[in-house]
Amino acid sequence: MTSFCTNYHSPVSVEEAIELLRHYDGDARVVGGGTDLLVEMRRGLRRPVMAMIDATRIADCKIISRSDDCVLIGCGVTHTEIINNATIKKFGTCLAEGCGVIGGPQVRNVGTLAGNVAHALPAGDGTMGFLALAGEIEIAGVNGVRWIPARDSFAGPGRSVIDRHREILTRLRFRAAVIGEGSAFHRVMRPQGLCLPIISMAVSLRLDGASISAATISMGPVGPTPHIADAAMKSLVGDPPSAEKFSEAAEIALQNVTLRGSKYRATTEYRAQMIRTYLPLILARAAERAAASRHLAEGVAS
Amino acid sequence: MSRLQMTVNGQEVDINVDDSRYLSQVLRDDLRMTGTKIGCNEAECGICTVLVDGTPVVSCVYPALKANGRRIETIEGLDQHGELHPLQQAFLDHGAVQCGICTPGVIMTAKGLLDQKSAVGETVTEADIKSALKDSYCRCTGYQSIINAILQASGQNVAPYIPATQAAGQTVGQPRPNPNSLAKITGKARFTDDYNFPGMLYARTKRAGIPHGRILSINTAAARKLAGVHAVLTHADIPGRNLHGVVVADWPVLCADKVRYVGDAVAIVAADTPEIAEAALELIEVDYQVLPIVSDVIAALRPNSTLVHETHAEGNLLKHIKVRKGDLNAGFAAADVVVDQTYRTPTTEHLFLEPECSIGVPAGYNPTKFGGNCDLLAVRGERAKHDKTTIYVGSQIPYTDRDQAAAALGVPPDRVRVVATLMGGGFGGKEDIVGQIHAALLAEACKRPVKMLYTRQESLMVHPKRHATIIRIRTGATSEGKLTAVEATLYGDGGAYASLSDKVLTRATTHATGPYDVPHVNVDCFAVFTNNVPCGAFRGFGVTQSCFAVESNMDMLAEKLGLDPVEFRRMNALDVGSVTATGQILRESAGLNECIDKVDFDMRGQNFRWTWDEGHLRYAWGLAVGYKNTGLGGGAPDKATAEVEVWLDRQKGPQAEVRISSAELGQGLPGVLAACVGEELGLPAEQVNVLLGDTDFCPDGGPTTASRQSYVSGNAARLAARAVAAKLAPLAAGFLGCDAATLEFIDGEIIAGEESVSVAEVLTLAEASATSTVAQYEYWAPKTEPLGSGGDMHFAFGFCAQAVLCEIDMRTAEVNVRQVIAAHDVGRALNPLTLEGQIEGGIVMCIGYALTEHYIQEQGEPWTNVMARYKTPSIVHAPKIISHIVEHNTADGPFGAKGVGELPSIPTSPAITNAIYRATGVRVRSLPVDQDELLKAIRTSATEVELAWGDRDPIPTIKFGGER
Repeated sequence: MTSFCTNYHSPVSVEEAIELLRHYDGDARVVGGGTDLLVEMRRGLRRPVMAMIDATRIADCKIISRSDDCVLIGCGVTHTEIINNATIKKFGTCLAEGCGVIGGPQVRNVGTLAGNVAHALPAGDGTMGFLALAGEIEIAGVNGVRWIPARDSFAGPGRSVIDRHREILTRLRFRAAVIGEGSAFHRVMRPQGLCLPIISMAVSLRLDGASISAATISMGPVGPTPHIADAAMKSLVGDPPSAEKFSEAAEIALQNVTLRGSKYRATTEYRAQMIRTYLPLILARAAERAAASRHLAEGVAS
Repeated sequence: MSRLQMTVNGQEVDINVDDSRYLSQVLRDDLRMTGTKIGCNEAECGICTVLVDGTPVVSCVYPALKANGRRIETIEGLDQHGELHPLQQAFLDHGAVQCGICTPGVIMTAKGLLDQKSAVGETVTEADIKSALKDSYCRCTGYQSIINAILQASGQNVAPYIPATQAAGQTVGQPRPNPNSLAKITGKARFTDDYNFPGMLYARTKRAGIPHGRILSINTAAARKLAGVHAVLTHADIPGRNLHGVVVADWPVLCADKVRYVGDAVAIVAADTPEIAEAALELIEVDYQVLPIVSDVIAALRPNSTLVHETHAEGNLLKHIKVRKGDLNAGFAAADVVVDQTYRTPTTEHLFLEPECSIGVPAGYNPTKFGGNCDLLAVRGERAKHDKTTIYVGSQIPYTDRDQAAAALGVPPDRVRVVATLMGGGFGGKEDIVGQIHAALLAEACKRPVKMLYTRQESLMVHPKRHATIIRIRTGATSEGKLTAVEATLYGDGGAYASLSDKVLTRATTHATGPYDVPHVNVDCFAVFTNNVPCGAFRGFGVTQSCFAVESNMDMLAEKLGLDPVEFRRMNALDVGSVTATGQILRESAGLNECIDKVDFDMRGQNFRWTWDEGHLRYAWGLAVGYKNTGLGGGAPDKATAEVEVWLDRQKGPQAEVRISSAELGQGLPGVLAACVGEELGLPAEQVNVLLGDTDFCPDGGPTTASRQSYVSGNAARLAARAVAAKLAPLAAGFLGCDAATLEFIDGEIIAGEESVSVAEVLTLAEASATSTVAQYEYWAPKTEPLGSGGDMHFAFGFCAQAVLCEIDMRTAEVNVRQVIAAHDVGRALNPLTLEGQIEGGIVMCIGYALTEHYIQEQGEPWTNVMARYKTPSIVHAPKIISHIVEHNTADGPFGAKGVGELPSIPTSPAITNAIYRATGVRVRSLPVDQDELLKAIRTSATEVELAWGDRDPIPTIKFGGER
């Protein structure tokens, strides 16, 4: 199947995009890089649409900016642009790391973070990094504009609360890491014919004095949608970082998910073992980064 | 339609395009810039990569309108004013080009990296290259030459990696880029899909879609009525024989009564566009009575099994192959130690990056009738005429294609012509008929050219694969370490049709002792029909499978015996004077011991340890050896005919052309043939043109299979050149006043002692005297004997040893191969540059066999239905390869050479699993290695892993000699 749409539009403003969505009344589809969507259409898994609305020429959509305590990412920003961006590397390390392992370089050069989040796969690597930063997304549509936490945007595997036929994810934002905060990402793959991760995880945490004062852990695939390991996060707060504490958090995370084996991808046991192995490691890495940010700040101060 | 404005290689483009068009389609179809290739149309393989505003993107899923206002760079724009880009030059110098289908994408991806790095003034590192080319697949090279070429192009001083070989001749033994590489790095090389003819139609095939069923009715009425459809053909429309098959004609061209696998062809359609043809398929109604599916080789042989071919005399048993030598009981009675183990190998896919494509052109085709000119006229002159049904195809066996197409068309073979186009990889997977006959039938039905291009997904479903096998093997040795006996039973899944199963599994059987002197041998192999996708030839031709079992047992025996595994192999290695399992006495050219010595010496360099830890990573060495016959063997007539012509070009001087139908898969045959001819005629290889695969202009070189072309076609070319030299000699002798028998042809001169005359001068004399300067030579390879006769089953064998350094992450059981030390006895290196390419590519292909590749079928339905589900090694898997060439010359091979194409991809997989065992204590009995199962074994201190990735059931217990 080579046809994917009848009309291809490249609006240059959000207003124009929304007007087009209104015009097509549900028979349109917003596309970023299209690196997932068009492959699915080529494979016949999705039907062609009347109109494809390319979100990557909207004014300012390529911007990555930091204002106040917030890092803002436009819907046209590609994974490659995120990986190479100094602001994101510094203030949202796990996001840059997550985007860095998506697909291959050619796909990262075209695919967008907005698309990754809107696609709502249970284990999008960029999404996972973004969730650990407690990121939020801006959704614009005929009925106006709203910001919601990204974690609330997932409705099922590949299903988003964003109506991708009538709405557009215009911007993403996360609170920039402050001194004492650090984040990290890790993914386990297999080299055989499956492009989906066995497990993808991201964490961020904050140190106050010697203790962890906040933590966010995202992981997938452990269910139909990306998972936030709330109980494990809570268990970390109030104690100093330690290998024991991190291993305990991994066990708590495991107790709170129902892992499933997936055919040709991984057994339940292997998934669990990877969480046991790598969640403590990336927590430790995030803690090191948090500590290092303080040393760096102190170094600058003195 | 929308307006698309962009620049392509600096040229303004302003066209109207359909909104639903991809950039790859605009480039290839609308702008007719076919330098950009298509491998998968799923953003997997990377060969369609172009630069958009300097950034590499895969053009197959890049909407054309995204390129509006952008700057596009493709391979065609890389060389400027005849000057090659440094990347192009480096790819040539390093032999980083083989079949060439991936080359444009790889080079453009690399250009993106170099441009980006030079913009910020950074040096390109190997890590950068591995990162940037992670999804730029190459199936031929093994990547080492690509990495080196990119480093060189970035301005670093990296010499091409060319192993030492014996002294070169004038042309033979000289490292030289393959002659067609220049076209491949500039985007000028044309593969079948790059050809377009005025009036051409597009064809698609209606597939069975079910593994087994009886056809009750086929209704094509609705499809025929669809606007834009020119023909819908079924079995009823075939004028001649409705069967094909390389060994046995058992495969319907179009199924009439039943379908035996999902890829079976039921109807074919030709239409104005591929989309219309596709739509027409949906309108063809086929009613089936669904039949039980035969998918298990052992159950298939039970008396109550459903039959795949009701009329086959032995039911589902395609063939029972036997090797008998000595007295097995006596052999095991003499053994102090015995290892008895069962292994399983997966079905695997060639994944040549060019999907199959055939173009049929009808007899009497006149392009002007369709308002155009055939652009081939300019290139091929009178060879571009179509006075008979012509098939353009990248095929490994052009003459067989011709004969089979003629049979189906119901015409004599000489009414069909096959013109070989460049082939984007073959590896054995382009020996069987796929679209050739269909394209010809449709072309004649429509009286227009018809292009039958397979999608990647169709290619995965249709063409024959490498046989899955179950191998039980029992190996006995004395306490001193001498092998006494081998007993083995193999089951090979041949799938739905015979294809080359008989030959492939015979090779698996005859090589099932490994390259060892074993006095008592008993091997049985059952080739079985199932409703799985047919299996046929694949580089290694059965030996890859049995080598895995043999070499795993050898390491287990060495451990039981307390012997060094290298020493144990040396003690038993075949050598001159040894007797093979089939009773053949090796009289020459058996360099296995030298291969073992070279690898062992390098492996045991400074601070050698078999295994060590670095943090959570464990490293270990593993070793395996292999051997592979050259040529068809087993009594099959093995010959090739070449034609060589020499003439004087007023500008360029003496020119030669060698013509033979043998196929270039990217392995470097043109360079080898040019060297053989140049050596005999004293001409530089650059002055020898090579014309391959045109059945009207090239004599038959036989099938390109069994690692035979360097030997057989090489000899034919060499001897045809010698025949031409013999025609020139009397003229030269007359001129010099000497005896013609004493003349030597060196550096463009014909020399007798102190006297000489130039070849050019002699050609002038020939012209003046109307002396023919063209000759054919029909070369017959040394006679072989059938299996069971105890005679020479093969006229030569290649030998090799490989040591691999594996890295195992003990936390995840992820396995990586970091280094391979290899030594290959090739008889004589005819072109060390392209030879090294064969070795490196073969090794990496076999790494894929061990670690990544499994074509999975579930009850006859391929789960592996898209490229995303079949991973071959990417550049990140590419190890450092240290390669030694061993040259135990053969007496009869051209300049001492024997075959090498398959040899390197045989022992790597057991070397890897032997390393895994040494690292973890876990013996892997099925491929490809599953990290999930391996980790479980490591964590539970288990000693073996039985399930590979993709396996669901344990390896069945099989009885020696089978159940029958």
